[in-house]
Parts: sequence; C-alpha cells; structure tokens
Amino acid sequence: MALAPFEIEGRRFGSRLLLGTGGFTSHELLARALEQSGSELCTVAMRRLDPQARGSIIDVINEAGVEVLPNTAGCYTARDAILTAQLAREALQTDWIKLEVIGDDRTLLPDAVELLSAAEALIADGFVVLPYTSDDPVLARRLEDAGCAAVMPLGSPIGSGMGIRNTYNISIIVEQAGVPVVLDAGVGTASDAALAIELGCDGVLCASAISRAHDPPAMARAIALAVEAGALARSAGRIPRRRYAEASSPQEGMPVWTPTS
Amino acid sequence: MSVRVTINGEAHELPAGATVASVVSEMAPAGEGRGVAVALDGAVLPRAQWQSTAVDEGASLELVVAVQGG
Repeated sequence: MALAPFEIEGRRFGSRLLLGTGGFTSHELLARALEQSGSELCTVAMRRLDPQARGSIIDVINEAGVEVLPNTAGCYTARDAILTAQLAREALQTDWIKLEVIGDDRTLLPDAVELLSAAEALIADGFVVLPYTSDDPVLARRLEDAGCAAVMPLGSPIGSGMGIRNTYNISIIVEQAGVPVVLDAGVGTASDAALAIELGCDGVLCASAISRAHDPPAMARAIALAVEAGALARSAGRIPRRRYAEASSPQEGMPVWTPTS
Repeated sequence: MSVRVTINGEAHELPAGATVASVVSEMAPAGEGRGVAVALDGAVLPRAQWQSTAVDEGASLELVVAVQGG
C-alpha cells in the first residue's frame, strides 16, 4: 500500500526530503545539490545584512523552483526566536517558520521550555510552526497540542552525523503524532535517511550530511534515493524480526544420498 | 544637524530627517530593499512604514536578510 502523500498544513510536497542550505561552500554548489536532492522546500537563516555580500541565496532558491522555509537558527530565547520569525515573515513573505530555540552551544540541543513558549506565541501570531525538537515523545505531543503543523525531532545532535540514536523514541513520536513527523538533524549518510522513513517519519531534513560531504550533489542524490527507498520499503511491509533462522528453501523433498561403498 | 544611531551594531551618523527607507536604500541599494526586514528598537517595522518612519537620535536598527543556514 503506497504511503499517503507528504503534506504539511495542506501543502503537498512531491519529495520527502527537505534541504538545509547551511554549510555549502558556494551558491553554485548549493544550486547543484538542490537540483540533485529533488527537494521542494529548503531552509534559510536570517542574519544581518552585509552590504559587501555577493548574490542572494533567495535568487538561487527561486531559480531552482524551490520553496523557502526560514528558520530561527542561533536563537537561545523565545523572545529572540519570535522576533527572528517576524523578521523572516516580513523579509520573505511567508508565515512558515522552522522554529529552533537552542539551549546549549556545545550540543545545540533544543531548550524545551523556551521552544514551547515560542511555539505558542508564534501560533497565536498566525505562524505555521515547524519546531526542531528533541527526540522526546512528551515534548513532541505538547508541541502538537500547542498547534504546531509538524514536529521535527532530532536523530542526534545537529551536524554530528550520528544518525538516529534512539529509534524507539522516534517510533513512539511517529505512533502518537497526528501531524507530520520530519526527522531533523543527525543524518550522516543515506542509510540514516532511509531508516528515518522506515521508522515512519513522513520526511527528513538534511543539511550537513549533504553540504559537508566530499561531493555534495552526489550525496544529495544518494539521500534522495534513500528517502524514496525507505518509503517504498515501508509501504511494502518489512518482515518481523526473529531471534532464530527461518529457512526460505522448502523443508520437504530433500534427496537422500546413498554413500558408495 | 545629524542624528547618531546604531545600525546592525555599528554607530552611524545620519543627516537629520533620515528615514528607515533611506537607511535601507543606502545599505542595500539593489532591489529596493527586496528580501530585507527591519527591526527598529527591537520590534519589526513593516515595509509599508519605512518611508514614513524617521530615524531618531539613539535609535537602534537591525537590517536582516536570508542567508544559508539550517
């Protein structure tokens, strides 16, 4: 049975892969990775205008025909995240926001208290909020109850490439969620992305795994294929895990060899 | 007459009567401020008010744009 189409807040996406644009060494490389990823939604951060900057990332994204999802990366308080989201809405004319409120600069793990508080305020202000959250099923439920349009649990810390450290928690989040679940952070390579979808996530967001790979466009393609493979495998229905072997060849009809003298 | 203000963390001196719109066109001459958002003294100032908002002595402006990230 094919998986339901990937939709967030009534918007349908042909690809389950969201691309984070951080870490690409040039706009040209980003453009090639965007194309290879097949992604229809990519994140950007909001920073002070640099009058010396050459070229706009928005032009690159528009040219690729991809929608933009601003984030609140770098914010440590609800107050900063709310102001950043409002600035992003003004600059980019979108009320969608990937909400990040970081609690610690070494792990970049979310600050649960500030995150929920920012989500509530932004939803009240009319935003479509997609929160980057820890792999905590209770927090994911609280964010959904607050009105978030999706929940985006981490597999492991941002940029760590450690994959999905707690598959049980991700499965629980998926089981209980009434909104799309997008695995955000931790993907290191294609198999991590396939696993996320096999576990039941609706989508995967990748930045560093692609942008910091030796060949970013090739990794973008690999992860896009892995996401597709994961979706196909999930709809195909995997076999149960068993502790002991189960032969696939018939048990009957074995010939009996008569030893020669 | 001039006013002393802070723009993106740096001290600037602007001619009296400067508006937010004139600051934006100075900082981002291309594209008429497309893709730019402004916070004045910690609150978002909608684009529609740039022209009519004077930048007063001591004001703090943040001009932001989208960059690679996330």
